[in-house]
Amino acid sequence: MPATSTTSVTIHIPTPLRSFTGGSASVEVTGQTVGEALKDLVRRHPALEPHLYTEDGRLRSFVNIYVGDEDIRYLDRDATAITPGAELSIVPSIAGGR
Amino acid sequence: MELPASAVTDTLQSDVLDRDMLDHDVLDRIGQTPLIRLRRVIDHLPDSVTVYAKAEHLNPGGSVKDRPALSMIRAGLASGALRPGKTLIDATSGNTGIAYAMIGAALGLPVTLVMPANASRERKLILQAYGAELILTDAMEGTDGAQRHVRALVAADPTRYFYPDQYNNDANWRAHFHGTGPEILDQTDGRITHFVAALGTSGTFTGVTRRLKAHDPAIRCISVQPASPLHGLEGMKHMETAIVPGIYDPDLPDATLRITTEDAHAMTRRLAREEGLLVGPSSGANVAAAVQVAEELEAGVVVTILCDTGMRYLSDDFWKAD
Repeated sequence: MPATSTTSVTIHIPTPLRSFTGGSASVEVTGQTVGEALKDLVRRHPALEPHLYTEDGRLRSFVNIYVGDEDIRYLDRDATAITPGAELSIVPSIAGGR
Repeated sequence: MELPASAVTDTLQSDVLDRDMLDHDVLDRIGQTPLIRLRRVIDHLPDSVTVYAKAEHLNPGGSVKDRPALSMIRAGLASGALRPGKTLIDATSGNTGIAYAMIGAALGLPVTLVMPANASRERKLILQAYGAELILTDAMEGTDGAQRHVRALVAADPTRYFYPDQYNNDANWRAHFHGTGPEILDQTDGRITHFVAALGTSGTFTGVTRRLKAHDPAIRCISVQPASPLHGLEGMKHMETAIVPGIYDPDLPDATLRITTEDAHAMTRRLAREEGLLVGPSSGANVAAAVQVAEELEAGVVVTILCDTGMRYLSDDFWKAD
């Protein structure tokens, strides 16, 4: 697969952040890695950016991103590769858990 | 005419519940927590400014939630809403559930807890160790989703459950009006000038503030909320984007401070490393806010709350930063 091809994926938005996506529960984005997909998400919905990223552009440490049922902390973090049709989720932290 | 056997059993169990079981020694250990003077995290402040933390993590269930849980169970028994044969059910992100499970175990009361599926493994193991039943809801919906699920279960079978509903139960904040608040006044000899506490159900802030204001309306009471709707501060609510608790009174705080998860985590690490206090991130948020309040004072006595033990968060990443 050529590196320039775009991969379309769905990002599920948790209830507390939907006011920044015009109420949408999910957003279609493109990217070949989790990091690229999230960057495309904040390009489409800039108000999300400070909630997901620190000022120096790093994903906030307590923000939980899942690809399917897998926490990216246990995959390849931002660099985790995604395939077309992948489902990403931003999951609120709860009870000291993920 | 003979009473049906079940009625006799009910009477016996009710008698036991009312008299013997609420006398349990474990329940007697709830409340009367120490007030700890913070030293090293405020060593940049003059001696005329003191900051104390109410060590609620030393309750037998490891958190401040022992107080409202016991208060709501007592109120349920008193009103008859909780009777033998009923199961206690509630939505809880952790500490209230642990308190219910502990008290339920001591009273012989079945407990069912509904929580988002991503609640930590430690939490689930603690609850199961106390013998509680767990129901897991969609992680994407957070604690609000768990609350909606409990309401649906209770609506479908109302006679089966005792639903304390900590977000809407006055016995929640009254635990602090009658317990935490007077203890703080006693332990500071009435010298407290500022009270700082995070909002979750808002029970702690509401109950303590009402008690302090009744004693002296000049005591400043400052609530603490997460800076962002997406945060890592267990038990805290970002009111603008959350289901607002029925017991929350938005006119009560004199001011509101917003604390980022990163700042709360940094203070949580400092409390462990510099004060010997192994507590959770909401305690870190409270102390970070209390220090901000103290920094504005020339003299004063600031009191905040250490909500729960840090043992519940050991697998979290934030201990490693710095």
